[in-house]
Amino acid sequence: MEVAVTQNGKRRFAMKLWSFHGGVELPGHKQESTIRPVEPAPLPKRLILPLSQHLGAPAEPVVAVGDKVLKGQIIARPGGFVSAPLHASSSGTVVAIDEHAVPHPSGLSAPCITIETDGRDLWVEREQQTDYRQLEPADIRETIRQAGIVGLGGAGFPAFIKLNPGKTIKTLILNGAECEPYITCDDMLMREQADEILRGLLIIRRAVQAQHCLIAIEDNKPEAAHSLQKALQRIESDADNIEIVMIPARYPAGGEKQLIKVVTGQEVPSGGLPVQIGVVCHNVATAAAVYRAVEHGEPLLSRIVTITGGAVAEPRNLEALIGTPVMELLSACRTNFNVLQEVIMGGPMMGIALANHKVPLIKTGNCLLTVSHGEMEQHPAVQPCIRCGNCADACPVSLLPQQMYWHARAKDFDKIQEYDLFDCIECGCCAYVCPSNIPLVHYYRFAKSEIRSQQEQKRKADIARERHERREQRLAREKAERATRHARKKPGTTDENKRAAIQAAVERAKAGKQGAPSDDV
Amino acid sequence: MFKKALSSPHIHQPPYSTQGMMFRVILALLPAAAAYAWLFGWGVIINILLAVGVALVCEAAMLTLRSRPLLPTITDGSAILTALLLVFALPPLAPWWLTTIGVAFAIIVAKHLYGGLGFNPFNPAMIGYVVLLVSFPRELTLWSLPAQLAEHTLDFRATLNYIFSGTLPTNLTIDALTSATPLDVMKTQLGLGQTTSGIMAAQPVFGFMGGKGWVWINLLLLAGGLWMIYRRIINWHIPVSLLGSLLAISSLFFLLDPEHSPSPLFHLFSGAAILGAFFIATDPVTAATSNTGRLWYGAGIGILIYVIRSWGGFPDGVAFAVLLMNMAAPTIDHYTKPRVFGHGDKDA
Repeated sequence: MEVAVTQNGKRRFAMKLWSFHGGVELPGHKQESTIRPVEPAPLPKRLILPLSQHLGAPAEPVVAVGDKVLKGQIIARPGGFVSAPLHASSSGTVVAIDEHAVPHPSGLSAPCITIETDGRDLWVEREQQTDYRQLEPADIRETIRQAGIVGLGGAGFPAFIKLNPGKTIKTLILNGAECEPYITCDDMLMREQADEILRGLLIIRRAVQAQHCLIAIEDNKPEAAHSLQKALQRIESDADNIEIVMIPARYPAGGEKQLIKVVTGQEVPSGGLPVQIGVVCHNVATAAAVYRAVEHGEPLLSRIVTITGGAVAEPRNLEALIGTPVMELLSACRTNFNVLQEVIMGGPMMGIALANHKVPLIKTGNCLLTVSHGEMEQHPAVQPCIRCGNCADACPVSLLPQQMYWHARAKDFDKIQEYDLFDCIECGCCAYVCPSNIPLVHYYRFAKSEIRSQQEQKRKADIARERHERREQRLAREKAERATRHARKKPGTTDENKRAAIQAAVERAKAGKQGAPSDDV
Repeated sequence: MFKKALSSPHIHQPPYSTQGMMFRVILALLPAAAAYAWLFGWGVIINILLAVGVALVCEAAMLTLRSRPLLPTITDGSAILTALLLVFALPPLAPWWLTTIGVAFAIIVAKHLYGGLGFNPFNPAMIGYVVLLVSFPRELTLWSLPAQLAEHTLDFRATLNYIFSGTLPTNLTIDALTSATPLDVMKTQLGLGQTTSGIMAAQPVFGFMGGKGWVWINLLLLAGGLWMIYRRIINWHIPVSLLGSLLAISSLFFLLDPEHSPSPLFHLFSGAAILGAFFIATDPVTAATSNTGRLWYGAGIGILIYVIRSWGGFPDGVAFAVLLMNMAAPTIDHYTKPRVFGHGDKDA
């Protein structure tokens, strides 16, 4: 059992840990990029800033082409509640607001603001923040919202929302697990900027009023844990109820729900959020960004990114401005473009293969993983599923991947939802262990998107049907109203009335024949 | 390690490929196959070669007819494994047409007409065997004697001659070369009112735990099976629950009435129980898939083996038991869905 390190440097037996079902042990490949310290990336000539680097609505530009902007200036405001503003990462001139290639699995383009940098890196006037202890939780949240901070672990959920729990928070977890192979940006951040992380943690703790804080680190990162432990000693009295927990390295232990299970034993309900069980979880890099925003007035302008893989001669971590073209980051680490076959943004298990190398680094881009020619299998032939069950054994959510695969193939989308398709976190464990090389996760993504588009179509059809029904009702009502109006004009249809009416008409006709002047005479 | 993928994950490292699994199962069968040949003569080897040849020809023909790529499937080892398993169920002196019909039916009907590897609901080898059992029951009872008991043995030429033309050397009759299997003898004699201890003592086919010779084959099958579990080629759930339930139910009846119920060890080591537990019931395509489901599936087979052996019309029940539980596997899967992360117990 690992030893947990507590605030006073006292060593004691680890707090009780739980485990999640399945998972896989992966070769780490982390040492390659941890030999060299983090360095700032060179200032690029152009910064390409996508308006949507987070979950939720895209940001809306507040600058025009030709505008001069300063570093840290807001260039796009949030497009809704679940959204984040965007800041100029350096000073320069806005040269384009248009579609540009972005890191997306489909290789799609999306609206971006392009800034030509002036090389001076001039800051906008910053509000010097006061001590966070004098700030109200609501002020902290607003500062973080204005700073454009999103979850830096991967999903990119606007961070301020998770600081607004509206519920008593028992446990605040900082996620330093970093369970995917090759990625070391959080590891290096914890080694080099432990104080910033801890200060960020204290700020977040104040914002969510958490009783207990945990920093969870996979046990393959002892240097990071040591560094945080030292930093914990430095903050002394503030360190009460903060614990550094080493968890066994087993992918995907860094998945939010898996991590919460490991350190608290509790399961976040399906389709729910951690806050429902009194837990809030933030990435360590998010905590460091929170510190910079609150104590230095710096919005999220840069992040640490790992540049590694077979085609990179000097794998390392760079502190790079958001919007830096990935090619410049690869060049800065002496990538051999002759052998470069593929660039993956993110890790090998969940990252996206970049269809276009002109894309920029975005807020959630934790790693650029290069794959050289020799590293890639040529054509792994897909063989029939033999129902061996390796996938079910590996699934951290206890799904039955091979059943879901059959139903996805058969496009039986009702059945696949009975197998809880939407609980799938797309971690890739099932496909990793499949002896028949079946791209299982691809099938689930396909099924999910089909179901979503079907639901969307159904929603539209429902609206159309309702509209039609309302129109039918309206027409029927109008018809009925006309009928009543009509009936009121000619009251009654009994024989007596009819006779009276006929009589009246006959008389009118007679009178007309006798008395009416004739036009055509 | 990296693969050119449509989407993540970009790395792929299964413990074994599908082909790798098949050939490891075949490897685990080989020691027992060698013992089988050693004890029962050249017929076993001729049968293996014939069966594998027929299996590959049928597989190739069906793949061509179905316009499927030939090479990746024919080299995946699954047809060879089916042929090999079927040979274990056939008498060593089975005529060539018997082996051919069984293997051809297994590959053509039980496998490819259902859609090929991965799509067949029933274990092809067991379908092939059962087709032979119900169509040619007499031929399947003519089992040659193990080496310890045989007064006459056939050399390679004579065996080949008998298998392909049905003629024996002039001084021999087939009755001198064959006898009923231990399970068959036990069933017949119990039916005649004998007691188990009397049968074991009187009949020469029995050794210390079960049928003479069969014990060795079964011990080697057991070793191969344990190796597969150790190397994680198969899970332990099905073999353990299958043999466990067979042991439990046979012990129960043995304790109640030892004179008319063969011992648990006899049940384990005389027939195809161990072959079935490690090599046949574990065929993932036709088995239940969740671990809980596998336990139920194996236990069901174990119980059915005992029921068929004791009260059914056939001396051994492994094939029927496996096929019956193949039929039940989808239902078992339905009722043993594991509880999904974050779902309450009611969803279990």
